[in-house]
Amino acid sequence: MSQQFYYEDVEVGSEIAPLVKQTTTRQLVMWAGASGDYNPIHYDKDFAQSKGLPGVIVPGQLVGCFLGQLMTDWLGEQGRLRRLTCSYRGMNFPGQTLTCQGKVTKKYIEDGEHYIELSLWVENEKGEKTVSGRATVTVPSRGAA
Amino acid sequence: MIEGTSSIEGLKDKVGVEWGAGVYEVEKGMIRRFVQAIDDPNPLWQDEEYAGKSEYGGIIAPPTFVVTLGLEQIGQVLASVPSVTVLHGSTELECYQPIMVGDTVTVTTKIAAIRERQGKMGRTAFLTFDFAYENQRQELIARCRQMIICY
Repeated sequence: MSQQFYYEDVEVGSEIAPLVKQTTTRQLVMWAGASGDYNPIHYDKDFAQSKGLPGVIVPGQLVGCFLGQLMTDWLGEQGRLRRLTCSYRGMNFPGQTLTCQGKVTKKYIEDGEHYIELSLWVENEKGEKTVSGRATVTVPSRGAA
Repeated sequence: MIEGTSSIEGLKDKVGVEWGAGVYEVEKGMIRRFVQAIDDPNPLWQDEEYAGKSEYGGIIAPPTFVVTLGLEQIGQVLASVPSVTVLHGSTELECYQPIMVGDTVTVTTKIAAIRERQGKMGRTAFLTFDFAYENQRQELIARCRQMIICY
């Protein structure tokens, strides 16, 4: 866990520490059980290929949860994730290394809360952005501490 | 659960009709299975002693955990349309309150919209599912909009 940072420490345009994920088919099975998403394209290769896919694909929602982890790892205990949007633009396959990244796009104070907005994305080893997203978070302020 | 139909066309009658997607008693094991699947070692999600000393006073679920509650409803609705391929388009999650171990979460959902267009894979349908999640105090704790692509 990173040490708690404050609103005043954050600069628009800065990038946050990336989160690297090594996906596996085992993880897809664990995810199916934990999430209740039993779409066979995520664990049955024959079924996936019958649907015209190259093989089983990593569920978008799982990668969306990686972006959630990217946020909570960065936010520390006192920060809160308020909004997270993810757009699943390209397919990810088990065995790939996915790098989750984020960049601060905006900061503002509203109703006494200190908001930060970020643009998020996930890249595969080829540098292709397969998932993009946005997050809105609130963080503590030194002024209020 | 809404009644199954054999085509996307048949689902159009259900647009806007809300249904109960389940009541979930959140226990530590559910959260543990979720964070193990993601491989998220944050002690706030699993370590009682650590989480007890945090400002939450106990184990909480990660903010994205809530999206799994009632998620199987999408598969159940679409299982009745066996010929289609189902892909996930996007997720929009808004979090208002954290989920604590011991909370009971009631999920309601509806198909908010269905739009169709001719794509490279033939006729493609975009289904928007809206989920609302309330805790045992009838407080709205999160909302989620899931866009599903069927072709």
